[in-house]
Parts: sequence; structure tokens; C-alpha cells
Amino acid sequence: MAAAEKQAVTGAGPFNGLLTWIDQRFPLMQTLRSHLTEYYAPKNFNFWYYFGSLALFVLVIQIVTGIFLTMNYKPDASQAFASVEYIMREVPWGWWIRYMHSTGASFFFICVYLHMFRAMLYGSYRKPRELLWIFGMLIFLCLMAEAFFGYLLPWGQMSYWGAQVIVNLFDAIPVIGPDLAIWIRGDFVVSDATLNRFFAYHVIAVPLALLALVVAHLLALHEVGSSNPDGVEIKKSIDPATGRPLDGIPFHPYYTVKDTFGVVAFLIVFSIVVFFAPEAGGYFLEHNNFIPADPLKTPLHIAPVWYFTPYYSILRATTEEFVFWALAPGLAAFALLIIWTVRSSATRIAVGVIAIVLLLGLLTLDAKVWGVVLMGTSVVIFFFLPWLDRSPVRSIRYKGPITKTAIALFVIAFFVLGYLGTESVTAARTLAAQIGTAVYFLFFFLMPWYSRMDKCRPEPQRVTWK
Amino acid sequence: MSDQSEVNRGRRSLVIASACAGGAAAVGTAVPFAASMLPSERAQALGAPVEAEIGQLAPGEKLTVEWRGQPVWIVRRTQEMLDGIKRVDDKVADPKSERKKNELTPEYARNEYRSIKPEYLVVVGICTHLGCSPQDRLKAGPESFESQWTGGFYCPCHGSLFDLAGRVYKNKPAPDNLRVPPYTYLSDTRILIGEDKKAA
Repeated sequence: MAAAEKQAVTGAGPFNGLLTWIDQRFPLMQTLRSHLTEYYAPKNFNFWYYFGSLALFVLVIQIVTGIFLTMNYKPDASQAFASVEYIMREVPWGWWIRYMHSTGASFFFICVYLHMFRAMLYGSYRKPRELLWIFGMLIFLCLMAEAFFGYLLPWGQMSYWGAQVIVNLFDAIPVIGPDLAIWIRGDFVVSDATLNRFFAYHVIAVPLALLALVVAHLLALHEVGSSNPDGVEIKKSIDPATGRPLDGIPFHPYYTVKDTFGVVAFLIVFSIVVFFAPEAGGYFLEHNNFIPADPLKTPLHIAPVWYFTPYYSILRATTEEFVFWALAPGLAAFALLIIWTVRSSATRIAVGVIAIVLLLGLLTLDAKVWGVVLMGTSVVIFFFLPWLDRSPVRSIRYKGPITKTAIALFVIAFFVLGYLGTESVTAARTLAAQIGTAVYFLFFFLMPWYSRMDKCRPEPQRVTWK
Repeated sequence: MSDQSEVNRGRRSLVIASACAGGAAAVGTAVPFAASMLPSERAQALGAPVEAEIGQLAPGEKLTVEWRGQPVWIVRRTQEMLDGIKRVDDKVADPKSERKKNELTPEYARNEYRSIKPEYLVVVGICTHLGCSPQDRLKAGPESFESQWTGGFYCPCHGSLFDLAGRVYKNKPAPDNLRVPPYTYLSDTRILIGEDKKAA
């Protein structure tokens, strides 16, 4: 459309002329309308729906504080630790900026975990929101990478040995593992080269990917529209006069105001932690990380930061005995279950062959390899939720007792694994972690069956609103 | 959309061919970027051998030297320690150092004590599980993790145990024995770590 043909921006504000000038050269009003003032979100959002916008808000905090931290930080193995201390002690307000960044990392995970749990409660990942969910999971993976790379930068003991352990996970991959680990480190051990490249990943590579994925996540969301606590499509009930969803309200001003309230409440909690408990008792900033990295001496007790501990527990729970007594029989039983319930003979044969290959692997390769595989699977399995969940309804509100029990058990297993991951190993704790690992995976692997046989209540036609 | 008959087949082939050539060039360009992440010349040079003076080491003591950024332990074992090693042959996973022997155990260390001279143990002090550095538990006596402990090393990260020849205990997370680096005696009291006679 030629500039002159486009309509003037209506309204009586003092900036009308300027807005019209811009709008004739850039789709300003159209963008605002389609994403804010005429993006209709369900009117029944509850508390759980704060965490998406809060996660976005924390991302902004991390980027802004991160920029100011790079002004004083030195990505050099001989200077990194001292430069962080310099920021803490000598840079004006440096301590505040760094504590915002370190606390922000933990709060990012809190928000994202609650955001993901919301999706699991209300079936937000179900058709047609599969791709939205996948973009979200990719954001989660980027976030994990970002947290891991960032954790090396202070060059403390936990930074160093944490990176050492995680990079060595790649070493477990058969054949290419050892060379891959050297390539990742850029050296034969975690060293200055590793620190320098992790800095590059942390401040530019991963944030760029993260931002692109956030844009894709929002575009996908605005294409399919938000789900809601009832899990019913608001697009099915359209007002014939206006063509708008009867149960939808414009995102702006309704949800911008609601989310602003959420941000204020969040900032109160966030500030209390930043000012009064930035270490959070060793959970947000680990005590051993106040000691400079020493490649010759591992700390007495090493554990990852709290947001990685559930997966770390799964890694540690995978012992030789667990592989033999739990994993191998579990795999065989699961393969038989699929073969017994699936009709297609091609699928049956494929499942049988895959199961036999995996069983041979389980019985021959090191338990270490399977620990790494299970840990990776525990994260990647979330990607498949849209296809694992076969329930006729989306929301937990209308799901039956089996699903509710399964979700409750999963949450308990997640917390137990998370707690155990912060503790040192004993025989009893290993057993508890193994039980937790079994529950964690059964929740996902049995979902296609229990979600279908569960007794669900019928979904309402319109959203309910209390 | 256009009919099949309207497609200019010659032009389409050219488009496919140039897309393939462009794709190949793009992949080729990725190679230098990926290669730039390999250890640099300097990092490789730092892998040079180091010398260690062992004359001062008293029986039962351990010395740590840095080689390629990793701790290398030199333990001067007493006769009692050497006897302890023999007693745990049935408790360790690979008593004869047969697994991955080219990588972990040079030919001259493929013996009961995994060393050239039984008195001196030389191993890389990095756990074969996930790369932590195990702690000294050199003295024999009951420990919380093993009541019949004959001396060795305990990894705090995931609980792996190693005897005084760096051999890993059975059913522990670590799959293999501690690595014996290539080393050679320059004299009775000096060891060169990182190079052996064969390479020199």
C-alpha cells in the first residue's frame, strides 16, 4: 500500500500526526492491535498465568544486569575470580548488580518451572499448541545452557568442578566422546580457553538464540491463542456481531494491568532475596564458590545449583545394579506393553528390534553411559508431552483420579530428586533417588495408557469463571 | 500454481545445482570455525612433559605435580601398603589392568602394582567417572565407606574408591582404573612425566 493511501491514525491525541507519519511507513498500529489491544485472551486466567510474563521480565533483568557486569568482569582464568570480587567490593553498586544477576538466575528457573507446571496442569501443550510447547522447551534448554555457561565465569571451586563434571558427561559418549570433550573445552582440561569460550556463549551466542526463541514462542502463542484453566477453546464461541471470542478480553489493558501487578509482587519477593539473602543459604550461591578454582583439589562436597539437582540425582542414581535390576526389566516390560496394545505389526516389529538393541546396550555398556542417557532423557521427554497425553480433556479440572495421582507423584518425585541432588551419596539416599527416578519416568512413559483409561468429566462449552 | 509443462527443466536443474554448490560451500565454511575451537598450538605445547624430584619423598607420603593442568600423584608406598594392594585383588573391578589398556596403563605398568618400580605409584589424580579429583585415604583402617580399608583414594563426588595402585573398586560409578601417565625415570630420584622411553 502506498504511503498516502493508508488511513490516518484516528484519535485526538497530540501525537496523531507523528503516529500517522510512522504508520504510513511501518506497521505500527497494526502490530499493536494484533498483539495487544485486539489480541483476545481468555478472561479466566488465574494465578498460574503470571509466570510467563514474569519469566520475560526476569529475562530483561538478566540482560540489563548482564550488560553492566561485562563492563567490569574479565574472562581470564588468572583474573576472573578477582574481577568478580572487584565488582562486589569496589565498583559502585556492583554488589547490587551482581546479586540481581545471580538471584535472577534462580528466579528465572522458579518462574519457568511454574510456567511449565501450569502448562502440564491445564494441558496447554495439547493440539494446536504443540509447536508453542516445543519452542518453550527449546527456551528451557537454552536457559539451562545459559545457566551452566554463566556458572563457570566466577571461576570459583564449584564453577570449575561443576564444569569439569558436566563436560565429562560428553566423554561418556561411545567412540567420539573423548575428542568431543576436548573440542568443547578447547584444552585437555577445563582451562582459560574454556572460560573464554563459555563467556562468549554466555553473553552473546545463547542470549541471541534465547531472544529469537522467545519471539517465536510469542508469535506461536498469538497465532493459536492462549489456552486457559478450563482447557476449552475460546475461539469456538464467537460473538456473531463483532467476530470476537465471547470469553476473550483484550490483552491490553486487562492483562497488562494484571501482569504489572504480578511484576510488583514479584519485585517485593525478589528484592527481599537480593538485599537480605542473596546466597539463599547456599542454594543460590554455593559456599564453595567463594574459594578460587583449584584444578588440583576437588571440594569435599560438590553439588550443582538447585535447579539442576533433579537431573543430577537421576545421573547418580544410575548404578550398575539399577541398570540391571530396574532399567533392563523396565525396558522389556515397556516394550511388551507397547507390543500388546498396538495393532500395527510394523510398529510391533520396530519396537521389538529397538528394545532388543537397547537391552544389549544396557547389558554391555558402562552404567556411566546410561546415567548420561537417562539424565538427557529426563529433560528431552518433556518435548513429547503433547503426544504422550491422550486424555479426552485438557485441563486437570476435568481429568480423573489416575492423572491427578500421577501428577502429584511426579511433583513429589521431582522435589525428592531435587533435594537428594544437593546431598552427598549414601546407600539409603541412592535407593531413594532410584525410586524417585522410576516414578519420574513412569509418569511420562505410562501416560499414553493411564491418560486414556482415566475417568474424565465432560468439559464445559464455555469457560467457567469464579 | 504453474503446470508441470510450464516448468523450465534446464533452469530448475541449474537452481538445484547452484543450491547444492552453495550449501557445500556453507558447510565448508563451518569447518574453520569448528576447528578454531580445538586446543590451540599453545595449549598443545603446554602438554609438554614435566620433571618431578622424588628424592625428598618419605615412605607413605604423596606428592602432587601438575601435568597438562591435571594433578599427577606420586606415592612412595611402604611394604605394608604394597601388601594391602594384594589383599584387595578380589574387590577391584580390573585387578590386572586389562580394560582400555593402551589408554590407561602403559605396557611397563601392567603389573600388580601398576608401576615401573613397585615403591613409587604414578597416576593421574582424576576420577575416571566424571573427572573429580579423589581424596587421600592412604592409611589402612576402617572407613565409613569400607570397613576393611587397606588404603587408597575416595572420590567425594560420586563415591568411587581406588586402592593404592589406582585400581577402582567393583560396583562403583567409576568404570575404570586411574590413568597411569607415560613416565620414565631420569635417575633414581627424578621422574619425567608425560614421556616414556619409547617416545623419546
